[in-house]
Amino acid sequence: MNKLFAFMSVMVLAVLAMIAPEVFAEGGEAVAGAGQAASDGGLGKMGLAIGAGLGIGMAAGIAGIGQGLATAGALNGIARNPGAASKIQTPMIIGLALIESLVIYALAITFLLQAKI
Amino acid sequence: MGHYSWFTHFDLVHYDHIIGALIVFVLLFLAAKKVQSNISKPESVIPGEKLSLTNVFEILSIDFLLNLLAGIFGSKKAAKTYFPLLATSFFVILFSNILGLLPGFLPPTGNFNTTLAYALVIFFMYNYYGIKENGWGYLKHFLGPMIYLAPLMIVIEVISHLVRPLSLSLRLFWNMTGDHLVLGIFTDLTHIIIPVLFIGLGLFVSFLQAFIFTILSSIYISLSIAHEH
Repeated sequence: MNKLFAFMSVMVLAVLAMIAPEVFAEGGEAVAGAGQAASDGGLGKMGLAIGAGLGIGMAAGIAGIGQGLATAGALNGIARNPGAASKIQTPMIIGLALIESLVIYALAITFLLQAKI
Repeated sequence: MGHYSWFTHFDLVHYDHIIGALIVFVLLFLAAKKVQSNISKPESVIPGEKLSLTNVFEILSIDFLLNLLAGIFGSKKAAKTYFPLLATSFFVILFSNILGLLPGFLPPTGNFNTTLAYALVIFFMYNYYGIKENGWGYLKHFLGPMIYLAPLMIVIEVISHLVRPLSLSLRLFWNMTGDHLVLGIFTDLTHIIIPVLFIGLGLFVSFLQAFIFTILSSIYISLSIAHEH
C-alpha cells in the first residue's frame, strides 16, 4: 500500500512537471495580446500606472504597520522575560516573514500590471 | 536592463534554472559524500576546532534544524522521521538561493517552475504522511468541527489546502526575483560601494526564505499527522 502511494505520487508529479512549462507558455501569449490593447489608449496606460504604483505602496505601508505590531509584541515579551529571548525570536521571525509574503503577492500583481504599460 | 550570465555565452539562457539546479544538486551530493567520509572516521566524535565542511553541516542540520523540528513536532523521534525531506528542502533551497549571489549566475529558485516543483513535492508529501499516519480518517480533517457544516467546510478546506503550495512557491519565487531586481537597480544607480549592502541583504533573504519554507512545510506535516481526539 505504501509503495503504491509512493509510485502514484511520483507519477502525478512527473506528469505535472511536464505540463507546467506549457501552462506558462500560454500565460505569456495572453499577456502579450492584452498588452497591445492597453497601449492604444493613454487613459488605459494611466490607469495601469496608477494601479501599479498605488497597489504596492499601500501594501508596503500597511505591512509596515503589521510588522511593527509583531515586533512590538516580541520586544514586550523579551522585556518582561529576558531569559526567553531566543524562544520569542524564532516565532517573531516566522511572523515577520509571513506578513512580508502578503506584500510579495501585491508585488507580483504590480509587476504584472507594470509589464502591460 | 538585461542580465548577463555565463549562460548567455553558451546560448543556454532559457535553461538556466535547470542547469543551476543541477549544479546545486551535484555540489550538495559531493559535500554530503565528503561529510559522510569525515564522520565515518573514529576520531570524529571530538568536534573539530576549525571551521570545516563537517562543522558547518553539523551546526546547520543538527544544532539548528533538528532542535527546531523537535520543537514543532513535539518529540525528537517524530522529527527524525521527517528530517530527511525537510532538511533536504532546506539545503537545496539555501544553496539555490545563494547560487544567485555569485556574479554571473541566476538562482534556480528565481524561476517559478523550480519553486512550484519544490512546493508540489511538499504538498504531495504532507498529504501522503497524513494518509499514512491516520489512514483514510485523514479526510475527516476536511469536514470541519461539526457534520452539519461539512458542505461549507469542504470548500473552504480544499481551497486553503490548494493555496498552500501556491503560496509556498510564490513567496520563494518573488522573494528571489525581487531581490535580484533590487540588486540590479541599485547597481545601475550607484556603481561602487552601495551594492555590497544589497548583496548582504540578499544573503539574509536567501537564508530566511529557505528557513521559512522548511518551517511552513514542517507545520503542514505536523498539522496533517495530528491525531483526532
